[in-house]
Amino acid sequence: MMGDAIPAKEADHHYRIMGFCCRGSEIFTPATCTPPPPLFGVCKGGTRRVEALQHFLSKSVAFAEKLPFVCKDPTCLIVSHSQITRLYSRFTSLDKGENGTLSREDFQRIPELAINPLGDRIINAFFPEGEDQVNFRGFMRTLAHFRPIEDNEKSKDQNGPEPLNSRSNKLHFAFRLYDLDKDDKISRDELLQVLRMMVGVNISDEQLGSIADRTIQEADQDGDSAISFTEFVKVLEKVDVEQKMSIRFLH
Amino acid sequence: TPVPSWPVRTWPWGSWGLGPRSDALFPVCPAVFQLSRKVTSVVPESCLLILLGLGLGGIVLAIAKRAEYQLEPSMFFLFLLPPIVLDSGYFMPSRLFFDNLGAILTYAVIGTLWNSFATGAALWGVKQAGLMDAGVDAGLMDFLLFGSLISAVDPVAVLAVFEEVHINETLFIIVFGESLLNDAVTVVLYKVFNSFVEMGPAHVQATDYLKGVASFFVVSLGGAAVGLLFAFLLALITRFTKRVRIIEPLFVFLLAYMAYLAAEMVSLSSILAVTFCGICCKKYVEANISRKSRTTVKYTMKTLASSSETVIFMFLGISAVDTSKWAWDTALVLGTLLFILLFRAVGVILQTWVLNRFRLTPLDRIDQVVMSYGGLRGAVAFALVILLDGDKVRAKDYFVATTIVVVFFTVLVQGLTIKPLVKWLKVKRSDHHKPTLNEELHEHAFDHILAAVEDVVGHHGYRYWRDRWEQFDKRYLSQLLMRKSAYRLKDEIWDVYCKLNIRDAISFVDQGGHVLSASRLTLPSMPSRTSMSESSVTNLLRESGSGACLDLQVIDTVRSRRDKEDAVMHHVLCGSLYKPRRRYKASYSRHFISPSTQERQDKEIFQQNMKRRLETFKSTKHNVCSAKSKARLKKDGRKKVRCVGALTCTHRASPSFLPAAAVLVAVDSDDEESDSSETEKEEDEGIVFIARATDAILQGKKASGSLDVCPSPRIIPPSPTSAERELPWKGDRGDLAVYISSETTKIVPVDMQAAWKQSISSLESVASPPGAEPGPHAKTVAGPAPEERQMMPEPRTCFQFPNPLLRSSRSQSAGSPERTEQPELQPLMAPDEHGRMSTSAGPSNSRWLIQFNRPARFSDG
Repeated sequence: MMGDAIPAKEADHHYRIMGFCCRGSEIFTPATCTPPPPLFGVCKGGTRRVEALQHFLSKSVAFAEKLPFVCKDPTCLIVSHSQITRLYSRFTSLDKGENGTLSREDFQRIPELAINPLGDRIINAFFPEGEDQVNFRGFMRTLAHFRPIEDNEKSKDQNGPEPLNSRSNKLHFAFRLYDLDKDDKISRDELLQVLRMMVGVNISDEQLGSIADRTIQEADQDGDSAISFTEFVKVLEKVDVEQKMSIRFLH
Repeated sequence: TPVPSWPVRTWPWGSWGLGPRSDALFPVCPAVFQLSRKVTSVVPESCLLILLGLGLGGIVLAIAKRAEYQLEPSMFFLFLLPPIVLDSGYFMPSRLFFDNLGAILTYAVIGTLWNSFATGAALWGVKQAGLMDAGVDAGLMDFLLFGSLISAVDPVAVLAVFEEVHINETLFIIVFGESLLNDAVTVVLYKVFNSFVEMGPAHVQATDYLKGVASFFVVSLGGAAVGLLFAFLLALITRFTKRVRIIEPLFVFLLAYMAYLAAEMVSLSSILAVTFCGICCKKYVEANISRKSRTTVKYTMKTLASSSETVIFMFLGISAVDTSKWAWDTALVLGTLLFILLFRAVGVILQTWVLNRFRLTPLDRIDQVVMSYGGLRGAVAFALVILLDGDKVRAKDYFVATTIVVVFFTVLVQGLTIKPLVKWLKVKRSDHHKPTLNEELHEHAFDHILAAVEDVVGHHGYRYWRDRWEQFDKRYLSQLLMRKSAYRLKDEIWDVYCKLNIRDAISFVDQGGHVLSASRLTLPSMPSRTSMSESSVTNLLRESGSGACLDLQVIDTVRSRRDKEDAVMHHVLCGSLYKPRRRYKASYSRHFISPSTQERQDKEIFQQNMKRRLETFKSTKHNVCSAKSKARLKKDGRKKVRCVGALTCTHRASPSFLPAAAVLVAVDSDDEESDSSETEKEEDEGIVFIARATDAILQGKKASGSLDVCPSPRIIPPSPTSAERELPWKGDRGDLAVYISSETTKIVPVDMQAAWKQSISSLESVASPPGAEPGPHAKTVAGPAPEERQMMPEPRTCFQFPNPLLRSSRSQSAGSPERTEQPELQPLMAPDEHGRMSTSAGPSNSRWLIQFNRPARFSDG
């Protein structure tokens, strides 16, 4: 498939990431890697190198599984080597079962999440639909939403796949936290549930209800008494989502 | 060291001459300028003031033949500068300031050092190149001294210009924060070089340089420490000023000024002292002092600051006319202008390049241009140069002239052009659109999301340490420095909410008079539903009292309905949204609330989350609760059983039923949670009732000698559901509702009865969701709580309870506290109502018991 597109020069390079190194489509463990390959510490978002990596992934499924930090699509790559290393060690430290995946309980063990009103919803966002395990790739895929948008990304290919950290993807992530039944609408009940989580106990349900009504009334444009994603985007158009949904750590 | 050497004089009216009298005119000027909006929209006020000063100075010079009213350094430093610095420190958006502290410090310290040395050295180079007049008798040290005083960006000038430009907050806080903090650097450099010049460059030894470096740290950190100390004192004092409300605001000014003087006396950076005093004390002071004092402090501070500013700029203009102190040298003036602009730009670009590697939102080119161009010099430089000793610094006159030109150039030329420049470059402005309810909500959600993701990622950066600080603050500092009442701010917010609500009700009675019309009720808006009872009550009050008894303010501000709703919503959300641990938006009014409520809210959130988890845990893994598991759970602890059961019931019941159920759990099962129920009691009458009722039954049971501490399935007939279904009074539920409304309408005016009934029924329809549990419980709770309370003790007679234990408990509970409650509730009821009551007493009571038992039922199956 893509393999042919990779120039020979590129393919000759050694790639060494997280203890693995590779040349062409071969993969070595560090011990067998001779001569020691040059260290490509940082896969700078450059597409060529990403393509080369994808080439590997397509050649060797086993390797793709072992190379946990590369998502299949280049848009969600978190490019800095040191960050990947740190995130991977965080992942393994969270992984108490030591089976390479995280379960909900693993997340719930994080003490700060227990006092986050939206904690459970956010934990759920890490899990693909219907599954209760998430591997490192999925973990990174979710985190990729929170990468800051860099300048060179803003102008980049308009017609390519939208990067996960684009404004609308960030918004969609937030939207999905509200939209439990996945009908692309925040209904009054869904909004009420979130409100109940975020608001202290001294607000009565009637008041909450009227807050919810008011919120929907404010955003609703087509009169269906629910907030669709377009309405959600519209109502937040003045908010600096790019900044408010980014973490510098994930640079 | 000349800067700190002024004695703290008594009151220097004498040295002012006519000063005070002409001074009175100055604050008038801004007012005049305000009138001509066209002029001020183009020309900043500071420029106009300087020009006005020039004109006045010219007149005085022409008449008196000599320059009067100079800007005296002592007057400037002792009286004019402190209010401005205090104002800017006190009203500094502290969150924003500390978020950008790294950048601010870099620009303030490294930037200023670089500017001073580069400018000084470059000027010396020009001198060496022989381009300057021979009269400029200055060596390297003199030029460095001059460089140090001319390089500092002036807070007054920056504030005056930038406040009118409205650039975005980040840019503003960086430029402005820099101008405030670089004072320490400037003053230290100035002092060091001044002493070097006075000693003569030949006598300066290596250790003196070291001392200079050390003194920088001492002066800046010492100044900040003095500020912190006085902030602490100030906060502590305001804690105890409850009886002396009138002089409360005075303390703020007094102690801040004392901080300034104290720092000045021990030759520390006084500007830093006041800045930090202002920033740090604000939270506690605002929480402690009364609302009126808050307003007083705010307006006094703003008034003082803007009058000082006016005076400073006027004096700058007046002083410039005095040519006797001038000595012009074109090369020096042009060189200085060129170098300060050039080096500032270079410094900004270099530092930004470094800083951008660490910033989430990098400062782009345009920001850098504005920052470079916004480096205005002002009165601080002028005052410092006047302070120079003419005998030691022989080129003083040249320096004075150059400084005046530089100040005028930056304030006039740059100040005039910065607005068009900002427009032309399309710098992101701060937009002051009113935040909508949606934005407020969703941004809160964003903050929670980010906080959670950071926790998942395990990222402990700046936010982590801020959290630690807030923990410390909450646990110790706030406890120590805030009044007890202020510490529990939650109630205050509630008060605000209630007040607004009442006001709302009054004002829309005033507006239309037909508030409770049916059309209103159908609107899904806030006041129509929640302030229902309140508005009717207020209406009543109005009718019974003199009809014209209205709050004037309300009439004045008859706003649109939507605005009022916005305000109410805003306050509700302000008060009760959980504060995320990460917020970018800095806001004055909200800031001091968040930390004090943090702990309680953490606990609350924790409990909620755990409940939810428990619940899902149960629903997934223990879907069918077998007898075996039930027994096991019972062994584990009845508490847990009932908790789970109660939670399930909470979950399935209608939303409006939630708090009631929660309290039910809280009171009878779990002592730890009793405090949360306590707080609810304060705020919601209906809940009080429920809690007590349950308690009462409990007591009765306990007293009856039952083995069970809490009501478990064994006391109650095994299948309450079926029992409930078969209850004979099941049918008259509708009657009950009617009865209640007729009861209530006794206090509702006749013309509103229809609306009232409608509202009751609408409430009920809201309260019962489509697929929820057997409705009646919810309804009994939602509607007629007060009546039921009344009936609580008696009616067991008509409820044939299968369990004999309960009967005995009834006789016991006859003397229980409920009896004593009766008298105080009496006024609500006419005595002749008793007969009717007893008929309905049965149903309500039975429902009580049933509801009370529901947890048990759920744990059963």
